[in-house]
This record gives sequence, structure tokens and C-alpha cells, in this order.
Amino acid sequence: MLITCPYCGPRDVIEFTYQGDGNRERPDPASQNFEAWNAYVYDRLNPAGDHNEIWQHSGGCRAHLRVVRNTLTHEISSVAFVRGDHTSIARRKAEGKS
Amino acid sequence: MVERQSPLEPEFHVGSHGNFEHGVEIILTETRPGSIVQLAAWPGEEKALISAIRTVTGLALPDGAGGGLSDGVKSVFGFAPGKFTVADEAEGLAAAFAKVVTPAIGTVTDLSHGRTAIRIAGPKAEWVLAKFFAIDFALPAFPVGAGRSTTHHDVFAQIQRTGADQFDIYVFRSFARSFWKALCHASEEVGYEVQ
Repeated sequence: MLITCPYCGPRDVIEFTYQGDGNRERPDPASQNFEAWNAYVYDRLNPAGDHNEIWQHSGGCRAHLRVVRNTLTHEISSVAFVRGDHTSIARRKAEGKS
Repeated sequence: MVERQSPLEPEFHVGSHGNFEHGVEIILTETRPGSIVQLAAWPGEEKALISAIRTVTGLALPDGAGGGLSDGVKSVFGFAPGKFTVADEAEGLAAAFAKVVTPAIGTVTDLSHGRTAIRIAGPKAEWVLAKFFAIDFALPAFPVGAGRSTTHHDVFAQIQRTGADQFDIYVFRSFARSFWKALCHASEEVGYEVQ
């Protein structure tokens, strides 16, 4: 599996570290909403298809990347820097940005 | 200044080695720069940092990811967004940058004692490095002056092409001897000379 880092170009997956599901919406740290925290920690979409993920190019430029990977085919349909875009995927969807 | 010891010393054997009866196709050296510095710009301050690099080294970085250049004494290349490695034969680069790279622009990290610079040159340099790293070493994909950051078995390596058939590899000092031995073994079949 190759991931095309926006800085380094196509690199083997061995250079990357999976940083988790990119769909999670972290509640406010002061929040007492246990439902929201439970959802943040445990609830996953687990799709059979395109999945929003966060990867780090740990063996390269060390940038954090927003990757869309197909869980059935491993096809990577988009890679972008997380940097400069701190809005979560969920919020971006709600605002109609992606 | 205290004399710096090379971590390669017990395994650094000057002369020709391996299968060199038909000629030496790889030259291995340690460049031993006096200064190795890592610079990082805060988001939006990249241009100010590139300008600071020009002020201190006289080197004008080309645009683009991994862009870099070397004048034979000083070298600079980008290895990550807004981050650059600068090396100089002379000591004192970190102090010079600390005066120019203000806290508003970014950070300066002195790695002079933390990295070892190994130079691999010769007609088979690309071929030997291709055994180590899964990146494209062909000249059109990896132009002279450009830098790449990658890993070899979890040993992080920054590579700058400083000639058509010459590469400078910056590795962690603590892994340098092991990496050097691996590089020697990989060069054996084409014949190599340590200078």
C-alpha cells in the first residue's frame, strides 16, 4: 500500500503510523456529557468502503495527514495535511465543506 | 573547542574493499560538518525563515517540497513542511541562526553532535541506496540539491543529493556505526573505497 504524502510523494505504508479514526469529534475537555465522551472513545462507523483516517508520516516528514482509505480495496482516494485545518471531518460535513 | 570523535571510528577502514578487482564504483566518506542545524518555521513564517537562511548562509532555497542546494561548504534542504536542515563545514551555525531566527519566526535546534553525515558517491551510488530506501533516486525525480526524509529499518535518514552521483546521508549519531556497516556490506559487491 502506498500513501502519497503531500510533501514527500508516494511512500510505502511502512513509513506511516495510523493515528486513528478521522471521524471522531472530541468533546470540550470540560464537558460532563458522558454520552458524547462515550461516543468519542468507543463509537466507530466501521464502514465497508471509504473511511476518513488520520495518519502520520512518522518515517518521513512527520506531518499528520487526513487520508481517505477504502477499507475494502485499500485504495487511497485523498491525502491532505491536517495542519491548517483543525476542523474535524464531522464538523466539516455539518458545514458542507467535504 | 573539544575535538569531536567519530562514531564510525572502530569500523572506518580507509582503503579499497569488497569486489574492487574490476574497479571501485562506490566512494564512502564521513563529511564531518562542523555544524548541523534544524530549523522550523511557525505556520505562515516559512518565507521569513527562508530569508533568514539566505542571510546566514548566502544560499537561496528553491521553491517546492524537499528543495535544497549546496555550495560545497554549506548545504540546506527542506525535509518537512516549514522545516529545513542546514549543514556547514564550520562550527557556530546555531549561534548565527539564533540571532536571526527570532522566536516569532521559528525554532533553531543544534544537531551538530546528534547527527553523523555519511557521503556515498560513485556510479553505483543510486543502485546501492535503492537497496536501502524505497524512494526514487533517479535524477529527474531526485534532483541535485534536493532533500528527502525516509527510514531504513526504523533508522531515520535525511538524504541530500549533492551531485549527479553523490548523496549525503544524515543519520542519528547513535545508529551511525550500524548504518555505516550496512552501507559497507551493501557496497561490497560493486567494490568500494573508504576515504
